[in-house]
Amino acid sequence: MTEGMQIPGAISIRHVSKIYDPEGVHVEAMRDCTFDIAAGEFTVIVGPSGCGKTTLLNAVAGFDNITAGEIYLDGELISSTKYQIQPNVDRMVVFQNGALFPWKTVMQNITYGPIVQGRMSKMDAQAKAREMLELVCLNGLEDKYPEELSSGVQRRVEILRALINEPRVVMLDEPFRGLDAVAKTVMHEFLMQLFCASPRTMFFITHDLDEAIFLGHKVVIMTTRPAQIKKIVTVDLPWPRRHSVMNSKRYIDLKREVLDAVHEEAKKAFEAGEREMA
Amino acid sequence: MSEITSVARRRAKSTSARLKTVLKNLFNLGNLRGLCAIVVFVALWQLVIYLQIPYLKNLPYPRAVAHDAAGAAVTSDYWIHWGLSLMRIFIGFIAAQVIGIPLGLAMGISRTFKQFSFPLFEILRPIPPIAWIPLAILFWPTRELSIYFLVFIGAFYIQVINVIQGVSNISVSLKWAAFSLGAKPGDIFWRILLPGSLPSIITGMTVGMGVAWNVLIAAEMIAAKGGLGRTTWESYTNHNIPFIVVGMVSIGLAGSLCSALLRWLGKQAMPWTKKF
Amino acid sequence: MPSSTKSASFCIQLFRALVGIALFLILWELFTAILHLPRFKLLPNPVSVVKEWVSFAPVSGRSIFTAEYYLDMLYSIARVLIAFSLATVLGVSLGLMMGWSRIFYDFSFPLVEIFRPMPPISWIPLAVLILPGVEVSVVFVTFIAAFFATVLNTLLGVLSIDKNYFLAARCLGSKPTQVFMNVVVPGALPFIFTGLQIAMGIAWLSLVAGEIIAGQRGLGYAIYEGYSLFQNDQVVYYMLTLGILGFISSAGIRAVGRKLMTWEARRRGI
Repeated sequence: MTEGMQIPGAISIRHVSKIYDPEGVHVEAMRDCTFDIAAGEFTVIVGPSGCGKTTLLNAVAGFDNITAGEIYLDGELISSTKYQIQPNVDRMVVFQNGALFPWKTVMQNITYGPIVQGRMSKMDAQAKAREMLELVCLNGLEDKYPEELSSGVQRRVEILRALINEPRVVMLDEPFRGLDAVAKTVMHEFLMQLFCASPRTMFFITHDLDEAIFLGHKVVIMTTRPAQIKKIVTVDLPWPRRHSVMNSKRYIDLKREVLDAVHEEAKKAFEAGEREMA
Repeated sequence: MSEITSVARRRAKSTSARLKTVLKNLFNLGNLRGLCAIVVFVALWQLVIYLQIPYLKNLPYPRAVAHDAAGAAVTSDYWIHWGLSLMRIFIGFIAAQVIGIPLGLAMGISRTFKQFSFPLFEILRPIPPIAWIPLAILFWPTRELSIYFLVFIGAFYIQVINVIQGVSNISVSLKWAAFSLGAKPGDIFWRILLPGSLPSIITGMTVGMGVAWNVLIAAEMIAAKGGLGRTTWESYTNHNIPFIVVGMVSIGLAGSLCSALLRWLGKQAMPWTKKF
Repeated sequence: MPSSTKSASFCIQLFRALVGIALFLILWELFTAILHLPRFKLLPNPVSVVKEWVSFAPVSGRSIFTAEYYLDMLYSIARVLIAFSLATVLGVSLGLMMGWSRIFYDFSFPLVEIFRPMPPISWIPLAVLILPGVEVSVVFVTFIAAFFATVLNTLLGVLSIDKNYFLAARCLGSKPTQVFMNVVVPGALPFIFTGLQIAMGIAWLSLVAGEIIAGQRGLGYAIYEGYSLFQNDQVVYYMLTLGILGFISSAGIRAVGRKLMTWEARRRGI
C-alpha cells in the first residue's frame, strides 16, 4: 500500500494510559497501550462496551489528554503528559450519533471545512462537493437539511464532509451503529469506494465483528477496562473486499479468532459489570 | 466517560479526601470570579452616588441600605409583611394547582373536552393578570380574596399549558406496554399518566411561581394592605429611600426561597430523574 | 388523511370551539344581566360590553370608533416595542456571551442571579426615583422583565447545544469566531425564540402593571381609570384588547422564528 508513495498519516501509540479524575473517582480507562497504525492503513478497533476505545480516539483527535505515554503522527508528537495538540483538519472525526449541523444544508455542511479554513473559495468548494456527491450517487440532495434525510444518507454526507478536507487520518466512532443490515452493506461499499479512490489512514471503531474483518487491514482487539491491547489480527483477505469474501474459509477462520478473543473479554466485562451493580 | 464514572462513583472516599474536595469546590476560580464581580458592583454603586452622577445620585448608599435592613430584620412588623405575602402566594398558588392540574389533565386526556374548552382558554390567556384587578375587586367581597384570585390567575394558565404538554409527551409505547401487562384505564391514569406528566407539572409550578410573585407584588402595590410589595411602595411614597432597596431585596429573597422549595419538592417527587 | 375527513374534523373542532365560547358568554350574561346573582351584581354583562365597544358615542369616550382607543393602544404598543427590542438585543448578547465564555459566565452569573428573582414590578419605585421621567421608568421596568427572561433562555439555548457540534466544528478547522457564528448562534436559536415569546408575554404583563402604578395614558392606565370612573364595560373590552395584542405579538415572533429557522420548519413539515 505504501510502496513508493509517501502517504502521510502513520500513528504511533506508545505506552498510553488514561486515568479520569485521578484525585476523585480514579477511573483507569486505558493502561499501557502500544501499537502502530501504518499510513494509509484501515485499522479497526473492537472491544467490549465502555472499554476505552473512544478514549483512545479522543486522545488522537485532540479532544482529551492522556496521563501517560506518547502519541506520534508521522513522527511528530501530538499527545503526551506535557503537550496536547488541538483538534485539527489533519485528524478528522466522524461522530457516533452524527454531528452534521442541522441548521445547514447538505451543501453547506460539506463545504464548511474548506471554506472556513480559507483553503478553497466558495465556488471551488461547491464544485468539489458536487463532484464527490456525484461519485457516490448522492447528487440532488444539495439543498436538503439533514433532518430531511434518512440516517444512512446522513452518515454518508458526514463522511463526505470529513473527506473533502483531505485529512491525514479519518477517525470513525461506530459510524454505522444503529443502521439495519441492508443499509450497512451500502455503507461498506460506499466507504470502500472512497477509500480505494484515495487511500488514507482510517481509524474505525465498531462492535460489529463482520464489519471489522470486512473493512480492515488490521483488527485491534482491546480488553475490558482498563483497556489494553489484547490481540492484533492482520486481515490478509484480498483487496478490494467483495461481499463474497465473507463465505471464504480464511474469513471464517479470522472471524473465529476475533470472536474468541472478544468473547473472552466480553464475559469479563459482563461479570465485572454485574459485580459493580450488586 | 459517563458509563465509566457512574459505576466508579460508588467507591468510598476517605473523609479527609471528601473535605478537601468540598473546600476545593467552594474556593474554585469560578466562585472567586463571581465574588469579585459582586464586590466591584457594590463599589461602583457607592462610587456613583459619591460622584453625584446625575439621576443615579438619588440611589441610597449601600451602608444605609444595610443599616435599614438590619434594623428591619429585628422588628416584628417586617416579618408580618413576609407572612402576609407568603400566605397570599401560597393560597393563590395552591388554588391554581388544585384547579389547573385536573383541568390540564382533562384537556390532555380527552380530545373532545379540549376542543370545547381550549379555544376559550386561549382567548382569555393573553390577558395580563394585572388587567384583571378591577374585575377581581368588583367580584370578590374582600380585598384579600381578590388578591388570592390574581395570584391564582398568574399561575393557573401556565400550569394548564404545561400539564397539557406533559400528557402529550408521554410516549404511547408506555401506555401500550401497560395495557399488555393487564392494566385497566384507571391504572393507566394513576400509574402512567400522572407520574409521566409529573416533570411537566413541576416545570409548570416553577415557572408559575415566578409569575405569581410578579403578580402578587404588583397587586400589593396597587391594592393591598400590608405585605412586602405594599411596604416597598409605601417606603417610596414616604421617601424612605434606603428601605425601597431593602424591600426589593426582601421580595427577591422571598421569591427565591419559594422557588427553591419547589425545586426540592420536585426532587422528592421524582427520584427517578437525575437531572432536575 | 383524505381531505374530506380533514375538513370534516376541522368543522367539528370549530363547532365545538364556538359552543364552548358561546356557553361561557351565555352563562356570563345569565349570571349578570338576567339572574342578577349577588356576587355578579357589579360585573358588566357581555351585551353591554359589546355595545360600548362598537358604539359611535361611547359613554367612556373610548370605542373602536374613537381616536382615544387607538391612542391608548399606540402608547402601550410603543412602550412594549421599545422595551422588548432593547431587551432582545441586550439579553441575547449577554446570554450568548455567558454561554460561550466560561470566564464571562463566572463574572456575570452571580450578579444576574441576584437581580433575576426580583419581580420587575418591585423595580418601579426605584426606577421612578432614579430615571428621568415616568415614561422612561415604565419602559425600564418592562425592559427588565423581558431582559432576564431572554438572558436565561438564550443561555439555556447555548448550553443545550450538543458538544459534538463544537468538536466537529473544531475538527473542521474553525477559528473561535467561526464556531460562534456557525454553531453557537444557530444552535441556540430555537431556545432564543421560545424565550422571546415568553419575554413578550412578560413584557405585556409588566407594562400593564407599570402603567397602572405609575403611568399616564396607555391601555393599562385606561383600565384603571375606567374602573375608578365606573366604566366597567370599558374595563372589559380593554382587557380583551390587551389579550388580542398579546396574542398577535406572540404570533408575530413565532412567524419570524419560522422564517429564520427553516430547518426546524422543514423538520416539522410546515
